This record gives sequence, C-alpha cells and structure tokens, in this order.
Amino acid sequence: MTGLRYVYAVCRPFGTPLQAQLTGVGGDPPRLLPHHGLVAVVSHVPEADFAEEPLRAHLEDLDWLTGVARAHQGVIDALTTVTTPLPLRLGTVFRDDSGVRTMMQAREEGFLRTLDRLEGRVEWGVKVYVEAEREPEAPAAPAPRPASGRDYLRQRRMRTKSQDDLWQRAEAFATRLHETLSESAEDSRLHAPQNPTLSGASGRNVLNAAYLVPRVKSEEFVERVDRTKDGVPGIRVELTGPWAAYSFAGEETTEKEGT
Amino acid sequence: MTTPSRLPEPYGQGSSANLADILERVLDKGVVIAGDIRINLLDIELLTIKLRLVVASVDKAKEMGIDWWESDPALSSRARRDELARENAELRERLARLEELEPRRAQEESP
Repeated sequence: MTGLRYVYAVCRPFGTPLQAQLTGVGGDPPRLLPHHGLVAVVSHVPEADFAEEPLRAHLEDLDWLTGVARAHQGVIDALTTVTTPLPLRLGTVFRDDSGVRTMMQAREEGFLRTLDRLEGRVEWGVKVYVEAEREPEAPAAPAPRPASGRDYLRQRRMRTKSQDDLWQRAEAFATRLHETLSESAEDSRLHAPQNPTLSGASGRNVLNAAYLVPRVKSEEFVERVDRTKDGVPGIRVELTGPWAAYSFAGEETTEKEGT
Repeated sequence: MTTPSRLPEPYGQGSSANLADILERVLDKGVVIAGDIRINLLDIELLTIKLRLVVASVDKAKEMGIDWWESDPALSSRARRDELARENAELRERLARLEELEPRRAQEESP
C-alpha cells in the first residue's frame, strides 16, 4: 500500500458503520485500523502533500489548512455521532499502518483512561460578544457640533463613559454566565478570544469557553444557554456544538487546571 | 454501549461552523502525538496562525482584564519580550556589581 497514514482519532471499537460517502483529508474515505481494544481512524494521504517538507509549507497556506481542518473536523464529527472519539491534533501522520499500531500499543493505557473519562460526553462552545461600538453614529443623527473645546471634551468623555459601561456590563455578564454554565458542566476551559477577521463574527469576542457536558445533560445545558441569550442589550451569546471533546482530550488536563 | 443518546440539534456546526472555531480545536486542542512525520505545530510556522486567531481581540479584552494568554510565551511576543527584559535586567545588575568591584581591584593592584 502506498501513501502515508493520516490519523484523525482513536476510539473504542464501535458497531455502527460510518456514513458511506464520508470523505476525509485529501478525499480519501476514513478507514478503521483496529489494535487490541482500540480503533484508529485513518486516511491514506499522498507523500507529495504530507511528508515533512510539503506539510510544513502547506501549513502556512491558510486555504490549504482550512480544507484539511474542515475535512479533519468532518470525520471527527461523523465519529461523534456513533461513538466517543479521542480527537488527535491536525497533522498526525505515520509512514504506514504498522507505525500507527506501534503508537497505539505504546499509548494504549493513556488512551483507554482518557476514553473512559470522556465516554458519553461532548463539548459545547460558548462565546460572548460585545456588539461593535456604536462609535460611527449614523450621520442622520450627528452629535451637536461642539461649541468649544470644553464641549468637545465633555462629549468625548460621555461617549467613552457609555462604552466603559458596556464593557463593565459585558465583563460582569461573561463572568456570571461562565459560573452558571460551569455548574451544569463537568469541566470547562477558557480559550483565547477569537479574531473577528477569521471568525467572521461581528462584535468583540470577550468570552470563549468550552464546557464538557454528558450527552444526557446536553439538552438542559443548551436550554440554559438559550435562556441567557436575550439578557443584556449590546451583548450577544453564541453556542456551538456538540463537538468531540477536543478541549478536554489532553491526558494531563485536570492537573494543569488552575496553574 | 457507545451509541450516543439523543442530542440537541447541532448549533453552528458542520460546514457553517466558523473557521476560527474549527481551527482553534483541530490545531490547538486534541491529543498531541509525535507521528513519523515530525511537524511541531508549536513551531514558528503555526505561530502566525495562532496569532491570527488571537490578536485582533486583544486590546478590548485587555481593557476588561482578560489577559491570561499574555504570559504564555507561545502565544505572546510580549511574554517573550518580558523574558528577555528580565534576563537583560539581571545581566545589567551583574555587570554593575562587577564594575563596582573592578576599581577596587584596580586600586588594590596598583602599589
């Protein structure tokens, strides 16, 4: 067999077949590679793209990276509907099947432990945005021309103050929301706020959190998020998921917490 | 046993999922395994992407006191600069101490 092996995830063996038309990275259908009590989900990928040099170069190319990231996530997503996958980081590539098996053999214990910990759980993403400053007021309602420098400064101060108020409200809101949601989740992670250019979202992202929630409690969690949505003017809450437990898949995550 | 129970309808996922959501998960989260093809995603190459993920919101977030990533040298050039600054200060201090010793030694040596 030719080509390299791109590994998406490690799971326990599962009975339900994957969707027939599912394609992975580079258009190759994901295949199951069993080893002992584990299954690796792999695609065959060409060396021309995934050997060290070309891969390194490709990773700098946001369009290429986007395609691979979506394909990777597509496979993980499909797995999430039939089992609890342990998602690997993008770009985990081996020379051949036996390399993948050796890796599974070496990491077997840790994989099983983590799979037990995540079994039946999914990740929900919650983001809070402060809607864009209404600074460039519609020209229809221009602020009265400042009659003096002092007037100008006063107007400026008032604008800044209302912006400050919004930020303070947003901070309090995000803190409260995170506390509330953490109560209905088993675990949580705070991620760096997102770049609006990349996310295409409007407003400033001020909270970007992930919550580990049992599937059976997901409905309740989603309702809880929904209830907060119309809470405060100028503040928007966005929910994504269910994701595979990407943010909680690291073996040592619990020890790291709070450091 | 691994068959999931009913889940709520997906929110903002699939093809419509925001690119930043997907990238931050597949690049930054998930299990790290050294494959045969050695690409360290923490290398400089991807730093550019990481920074693109983080940078634009930074000013406003800082105003709110959200700045925990700033101390992570992998995410923050400031953190890297701070490390350099700290090292620099240490070296200056040592140099100053040495310079202080120097004239004394020069005096002692001169008859």
